[in-house]
Amino acid sequence: MSFDYDKYIRPGKLPHIWCPGCGHGIVMKGLIRAIDTLGLQKNNTAIVSGIGCASRLPGYMDFCTLHTAHGRAAAFATGVKMAKPEMNVILVGGDGDGTAIGGNHFIHACRRNIDMTYIIMNNNIYGMTGGQFSPCTPTGAKASTTVYGNPDPAFDVAKLAIGAGATFVARGTAYHATQIDKLIAEAIQHKGFSVVEILDDCPTTYGRRNKFKSVIEMMNRLKDVAVPVKAAEKMTAEQLEGKILTGVLYKEERPNYTDEYAKVIERAKK
Amino acid sequence: MAKKVAFLQGNEAAAQGALYAGCTFFGGYPITPSTEVAEVMSVELPKIGGKFIQMEDEIGAMASIIGASLTGAKVLTATSGPGLSLKQELIGYACIAETPCVIVNVMRGGPSTGMPTGPSQSDVMSAKWGTHGDHPAICLTPASVQELFEETVRAFNLAEKYRTPVMIMPDEIVAHMRERIVFPEPGELEVINRTAPSVSPAEYKPYDTSFGDVPPLAAFGTDYRFHVTGLNKGQDGFPTTKAAWVQDEEERQVRKVEGNVDDIVQFEEYELADAEVAIVAFGSTSRSARFAVNEARKQGIKAGLFRIKTFWPFPEKQIAALAGKVKAFITPEMNLGMCTGEVKRCAEGKAPVHGIFRVDGEPINPGQILEKIKEVK
Repeated sequence: MSFDYDKYIRPGKLPHIWCPGCGHGIVMKGLIRAIDTLGLQKNNTAIVSGIGCASRLPGYMDFCTLHTAHGRAAAFATGVKMAKPEMNVILVGGDGDGTAIGGNHFIHACRRNIDMTYIIMNNNIYGMTGGQFSPCTPTGAKASTTVYGNPDPAFDVAKLAIGAGATFVARGTAYHATQIDKLIAEAIQHKGFSVVEILDDCPTTYGRRNKFKSVIEMMNRLKDVAVPVKAAEKMTAEQLEGKILTGVLYKEERPNYTDEYAKVIERAKK
Repeated sequence: MAKKVAFLQGNEAAAQGALYAGCTFFGGYPITPSTEVAEVMSVELPKIGGKFIQMEDEIGAMASIIGASLTGAKVLTATSGPGLSLKQELIGYACIAETPCVIVNVMRGGPSTGMPTGPSQSDVMSAKWGTHGDHPAICLTPASVQELFEETVRAFNLAEKYRTPVMIMPDEIVAHMRERIVFPEPGELEVINRTAPSVSPAEYKPYDTSFGDVPPLAAFGTDYRFHVTGLNKGQDGFPTTKAAWVQDEEERQVRKVEGNVDDIVQFEEYELADAEVAIVAFGSTSRSARFAVNEARKQGIKAGLFRIKTFWPFPEKQIAALAGKVKAFITPEMNLGMCTGEVKRCAEGKAPVHGIFRVDGEPINPGQILEKIKEVK
């Protein structure tokens, strides 16, 4: 029997807003399969987002859902998690939302190691506003505000998360659809702040400006650049040139924030 | 049994008032001259199993309290001018998402960094117009340490009752002075909690106006699942751009406050019955005004004080009525005419309004007001 996604989708809320060829739907399906695998309870799970195409995801999901302001998902979610640590809190959003306007909240959620999972759909562009360059747009790429080529260097989201203190960092791609749910499930199970970056595509505002002839070509690029961390161990520096590592990139056990705060409460009550 | 009495700083009293009201979550960011509120909450909240978090910035602090409020907690943050400017983004979010929360804003000199340790009353317009778009605004301006405690309790009550952010804005003098305070016994002051849904989870809609202008609010992590957004939303909480509905919704959100002014607006009338000169003042300035009224009365001048306790919604009716009775208004304030403009608007030319403005970080003293009384009587 095929997987029943409808169990987790709010009735009447589809179709979604995403363009044909956009990978966000693939990520949503991966998230749903991960939630199903782990048996998370709908009433006990909050899905929180910021602003942008990817941030419309919670509206379709039959959970406690919070569509916040641009960049603020991590800060709202921190309030939810602190107030009710027994809830599962999952954040979703795009690269601009998470690493530009939301950059400060992002790094501090990593630093606190608060037990939440952040899924960043990185399509290298501000899609909803029509294709302006984001902190994840590659240098030289074209966007509506970099018609002469992007002068900015791009963030490596995973390195940023690791550097800021996240204790579980993974990367997948929208092409490798069947890997997404496994990465997300492992991230949710991890006790601490977990980040899953999914390399995604925006054919409408990024692809057409950057000489991708089709969605298939964009998806094939994701297939071509992705190298699983295990495979990379056996590859030379030359072979890894231009490649992007996928899989679980970093994992460590460290006290998480709400558990630490529970100790604060114990000490204060003495 | 004798009541508990203490010698308390204003900011400490605000924190104690929040705890009395049942606050269990504080999200903050350090800023002079409001920091003591955060300090007290960081000590007291964990003792009762509550949560204190110092966030990475002012916006994050505001975000955290909205998130916590949606789980059912009574929530507080504290800030001052520059922090208020940053928080405005999400104060608007709390307005449209109709999430109860309380913001203590201690008024210091501005704009920008201004005079961080100097008193001011120049944030009162920010309380109403600071965040973009039409929205309800409630702002309380207490004048003593005792009142800061009691009005903080009331701020929580109004936030919970009307599902909206409420600002309590002591000027720096009220926030930092120390005075005797008599703690109310538990149960002595009314404490209001938000209305919980009376329908089943399947029937629940977070903005169901069939329950009136203030729909019941469920909590995340209970049997109720719902969606919250900063977009214009339908009764079910999901985004809508349906013109007629959005118009109704915007009007309802403002009506929650503007339609209940008699429940929200509080003020004090002092020696106004036969007054020819009415001073309209709030916060610490009203204390100088009261002194000036007493002095004027000793000299045979019929002066009185209308003390604003609720700045927003503005006591329009009361000022309009006074305008028909007095010869002149005097409006002393630590800004360049914010309250004065409102009094003029309400007086509609029936009585002249004479402002006394001070923005040099010094309080307005009684002598300055007395001088003006003699000048305009």
